[in-house]
Amino acid sequence: MSSETGKILTTDGIPLEESLKQSEKKNKIKAFLLVAPLLLFLIITYMIPIGDMFSRSIDDKMVTNMLPKTYKAMENWDGKELPPEEVFEAFYLDYKILVKNKTAGKLQTQLNYEKNGFKSVLKKLARKQKKFEEGNYKEQIMKVHKRWRNVEYWRAIKRRAPSYTYSKYLKGIDMYSNEDGKIVQVSEDRRIHRILWIRTVEVAFFVTLFCFLMAYPIAHLLATLPMKYSNLLMICVLLPFWTSLLVRTASWMILLQQQGIVNDFFVWIGLVADDNRPEMMYNKTGTYVAMTQILLPFMVLPLYSVMKTISPSLMRAGKSLGATPATAFFKVYFPLTIPGIGAGCLLVFILAIGYYITPALVGGASGTLISNQIAYHMKSTLDWSFASAMGLMLLTGVLVIYWIYNKLVGVDNIKLG
Amino acid sequence: MSKKKDFVKFDKVDKSYDGKVLVVKDLNLDIEEGEFVTMLGPSGSGKTTCLMMLAGFETPTNGEIYLDKNPISNIPPHKRGIGMVFQNYALFPHMTVFENLAFPLKVRKMSQVEIEKKVDKALSMVSLGGFANRMPGQLSGGQQQRVAVARALVFDPSVVLMDEPLGALDKNLRESMQYEIKHIHESIGVTVVYVTHDQGEALTMSNRIAVFNDGKVQQLSSPDKLYEEPVNSFVAEFIGENNTFGGEVSEISNGTCRVKLENGEIIANPISVKSVGEKTTVSIRPERALINPKDKMDNNQKGKIEEVIYHGDHTRVRLNLLGNSEFILKVPNSSQNLDIKLGNEINIGWNSHDARALDPK
Repeated sequence: MSSETGKILTTDGIPLEESLKQSEKKNKIKAFLLVAPLLLFLIITYMIPIGDMFSRSIDDKMVTNMLPKTYKAMENWDGKELPPEEVFEAFYLDYKILVKNKTAGKLQTQLNYEKNGFKSVLKKLARKQKKFEEGNYKEQIMKVHKRWRNVEYWRAIKRRAPSYTYSKYLKGIDMYSNEDGKIVQVSEDRRIHRILWIRTVEVAFFVTLFCFLMAYPIAHLLATLPMKYSNLLMICVLLPFWTSLLVRTASWMILLQQQGIVNDFFVWIGLVADDNRPEMMYNKTGTYVAMTQILLPFMVLPLYSVMKTISPSLMRAGKSLGATPATAFFKVYFPLTIPGIGAGCLLVFILAIGYYITPALVGGASGTLISNQIAYHMKSTLDWSFASAMGLMLLTGVLVIYWIYNKLVGVDNIKLG
Repeated sequence: MSKKKDFVKFDKVDKSYDGKVLVVKDLNLDIEEGEFVTMLGPSGSGKTTCLMMLAGFETPTNGEIYLDKNPISNIPPHKRGIGMVFQNYALFPHMTVFENLAFPLKVRKMSQVEIEKKVDKALSMVSLGGFANRMPGQLSGGQQQRVAVARALVFDPSVVLMDEPLGALDKNLRESMQYEIKHIHESIGVTVVYVTHDQGEALTMSNRIAVFNDGKVQQLSSPDKLYEEPVNSFVAEFIGENNTFGGEVSEISNGTCRVKLENGEIIANPISVKSVGEKTTVSIRPERALINPKDKMDNNQKGKIEEVIYHGDHTRVRLNLLGNSEFILKVPNSSQNLDIKLGNEINIGWNSHDARALDPK
């Protein structure tokens, strides 16, 4: 016993801790090399794109880069009154280069976002500036259009000075920062994103609920039926999994459309009149039906794997102790399936909240979700920074849900199989 | 207090799962109030099925089961008021020990005070006083077993069923639990129906044992009678160790019979043979045959020692006797050296009363 040093030595006299580290080192390196490809893959395909998305969503360098001299000159301007001569001169010089390079249009668009009516003013300046004489640019520019005398327009330019902005995020929740720099809501008729966010959460919630209600009995049956039948049922559950998502969605279109099979059947059994067929597609109903069917296996499988581990003798024990079948179910069986319910609900909810193809095809106008809006900005308006901002908001939302969920249920309680 | 003779009564009960094979055939069984009855038998003999029918998880295909004179076939399990200890304990893993025990009391809508009192009493009965707030997963197998027993007893059921409850425990623990369950039974006087395939367990614990084979009760009697006086060769074989001789009855007269073997003849006690010429299996317990007997015994044979196995408290000697090379003797190690050496010829004697002529195998 080397009680003086407090350290245990090996027979060779090396401290035990060091010796242990030495012997573990090789294993650690081996383990790291084994996971290295995955780590690299995750970094390239996951971390970098998210990082790029984030920088794109807050990037506002375009205007900053187009007016370098102006912003340098504006540094000392307090924005209360019209800027001094240097600012006018710097702006004239910057703008001249832009006109020469034929990139003035972009500046016009960007500044017009900031202040309505800026475009025409700038266009006029582009025409007139060719005849400008050297010196006293303030007078010359103000002569071009009377709006140049309005300090508001100069403030609008100054607002775009920082190379980073959170305005896209504000836009994602139908807000913007106004001329005074205050964050306010957009006018009521233009609040479209908030509706979409709420609808997305609502659809995801109800799809999760429907999936749960339908999957619970199926999973229970799967877990308790004899092997022979449960295998067949399992195939029925998994069969949609092996079919293309697009095909499944398209078949729902065939089933649900107004002249479709389900409507034909309703008419045939006399449930609805032929000229009064209900619309089951291109609205929320279609989205609910198709998404529930498509996401059902994600609920069934975790539930099944948990139920499989619950011994049937527990229910018997409950009954033999005097509990009615219903009490035994709710007091004994149900609590034991909570890890499966948690896993299934989390899985379905997160998948549903970012669902794209199905709502795009069967959702119509009232059944599209936030992901469709993101895709719209990616493909049609080409406002990638806005799409990135909304994508990140969606991601943050999912992470928040995961966090809340972890607080409520505990992620270590989840069982996926 | 007069105890009801047929507190639990199986009346001509048949059970079939597939409509082709009867797993329980014409079962008649009366269990007295406060009795500890064990159903003992090899696997597939129908004993667990009987227990499940009594608990209400299986219905008899034919016949009726009576509990305190009332037919119970149509009563669902939760209304029977029968406690049950399951093979794998079936403790509720998401509840503490206290909640597990409180479960049957809560569904009976007892007051919180009463529940706490009863749970405390039940836990101290199985000496697990300080374990009320543990989860079942934090207990050892033996402790879980005790919790399961306590839970089956806590609501004062009239009958407690135990389905191989000690099967998963190691040998020492199993033995101590046997005594513990026996003592609990003695102290509270509940009727216990116990299922096991371990004869040692059955002999230690029971008032009476029902030996099952092939869906039928072969013998129902007290442990000592079962061991000393088996009524047929299955019971003789199944309970304890047994030496057998197959032969034919050559003479039968007031309480004894002569059985002719292939090479020899023994005098036996006719149990299930009635007339000369019948085939029979003669069964002799190893400890009833003595080496060099001092007293006069009416069977005396010479045997050759083929194997000697030391067992600590006794030595097992395998002999070749009358053509049976599997004849086993148990010699206590306290006795003098009786010249037990491999290859020696020794004298073996036993009383004809202990050689039971049973049905042929």
